[in-house]
Amino acid sequence: MKQTQNIIVIDYNGGNLASAQRALIAAAQTINLPVHVQISNNPQQIMNADRLVLPGQGAFADCMDGLKRIPLLLETLEKKILQGTPFLGICVGMQLMAEQGLEHHTTQGFGWVKGTIKKINSHGLPLPQMGWNELNFIENSHPVLQGIKPKDHAYFVHSYALYDADPHDIIASTEYGITVPAIIAQKNVIGTQFHVEKSQQVGLHLLANFLKWNTSFP
Amino acid sequence: MLKTRVIPCLDVKNGRVVKGVNFVSLRDAGDPAEQALVYDKAGADELIFLDITASNENRNTIIDVVNRTAEKIFLPLTVGGGIRSVENIRSLLLAGADKCAINSAAIKNPDLVSEGANKFGNQCIVVAIDARSDQKGSWEVYINGGRTPTGINAIEWAKEMTKRGAGELLITSMDRDGTGKGFDLDLLNAIHKVIHVPVIASGGVGELQHFTEGAKTGATGLLAASVFHFGQFTIYQVKQSLANNNIPVRLS
Repeated sequence: MKQTQNIIVIDYNGGNLASAQRALIAAAQTINLPVHVQISNNPQQIMNADRLVLPGQGAFADCMDGLKRIPLLLETLEKKILQGTPFLGICVGMQLMAEQGLEHHTTQGFGWVKGTIKKINSHGLPLPQMGWNELNFIENSHPVLQGIKPKDHAYFVHSYALYDADPHDIIASTEYGITVPAIIAQKNVIGTQFHVEKSQQVGLHLLANFLKWNTSFP
Repeated sequence: MLKTRVIPCLDVKNGRVVKGVNFVSLRDAGDPAEQALVYDKAGADELIFLDITASNENRNTIIDVVNRTAEKIFLPLTVGGGIRSVENIRSLLLAGADKCAINSAAIKNPDLVSEGANKFGNQCIVVAIDARSDQKGSWEVYINGGRTPTGINAIEWAKEMTKRGAGELLITSMDRDGTGKGFDLDLLNAIHKVIHVPVIASGGVGELQHFTEGAKTGATGLLAASVFHFGQFTIYQVKQSLANNNIPVRLS
């Protein structure tokens, strides 16, 4: 009997948290993994979590403000990451992992990965990028990519993207006028620019991989 | 490369599908959540529920439908019809909708679009425009399900709505809707000349070729209802036809 994992979807009044929660539960079921997925912003509950998920919608600056407004949230998050707790950022949740964002005005991010969130130079393609795009990556180059095939599709909705990243942190990318980082990874944290919770089977597979991801053996 | 989206639309009234696929395998063919699951499995790229419930008291039925659908499918879901306030948007998003399509209310209260975009992000505000040819080479916006003319030019309105924060436009030709004669390509081309957000083309498909024609205007979403409901084409057939015409689609 496997021990039930405690997963916290971090709540800071930013976006569709229920979708992330539902997708995590569904993904866990596909691999028979007992999980308890809770939406919370309580630092104590976050401290006790086995894995953390940060969804995000809207503007970088608004999301950062939302996080800052909750006492001790950012400090707790930082502490957990240093302890090695696996973390997944989704869409703006991924963007917040960068050093800074330029949406509305310059806002500091978590600084877990190198780079800046800037408006996509889409070379005339409509913005936001909205829809299914292909993931380009080297097969099995990271545990969360296991079982996913290069050119599998994921659902993107964004006008901003990570620029000036460390190429080592980009484990999958997509093409939209420019090469857009699609999944970033650094030690025990990963982030998906696309909506992993809305990417059907590919998304559920990635989430299941995240739930199995043993960060002590990267 | 970003793929062109094929998007089935389900009309929902008092929580029930009005025109739906007649699949014998469904326990309850009138349940939008069950129909959504069929389209999900058939390869739909997104889904749209259009709530045509007349009365305000029945608003909660659509919330319940969205909730039950979002539990089962992990596909972007847009909900339109009867959205009048930021509160309406919030409750739909909390139930699991990813985008809200605002139509008549945008005309009556354009601030709703700006406020919605500010609060929830441009990406979840779709402005739906029902346009009819004005016989002067342009198009006029109609509201209340296409019954009421507004005197507003559809192309100008599209510009105004994106300026106010609409992240996507759903353009329906009232001239073509239900005719099976194909999308109004002139309308879509005129929209694409001035708009730089994604556009979903709607109204008029009756043949496979129509989807390709729509995609060639620059529309990245292609909506259809009847041809799917009545089983004229499967989503896969539509995508295969698009692929044969070199329009990128998601086939896997």
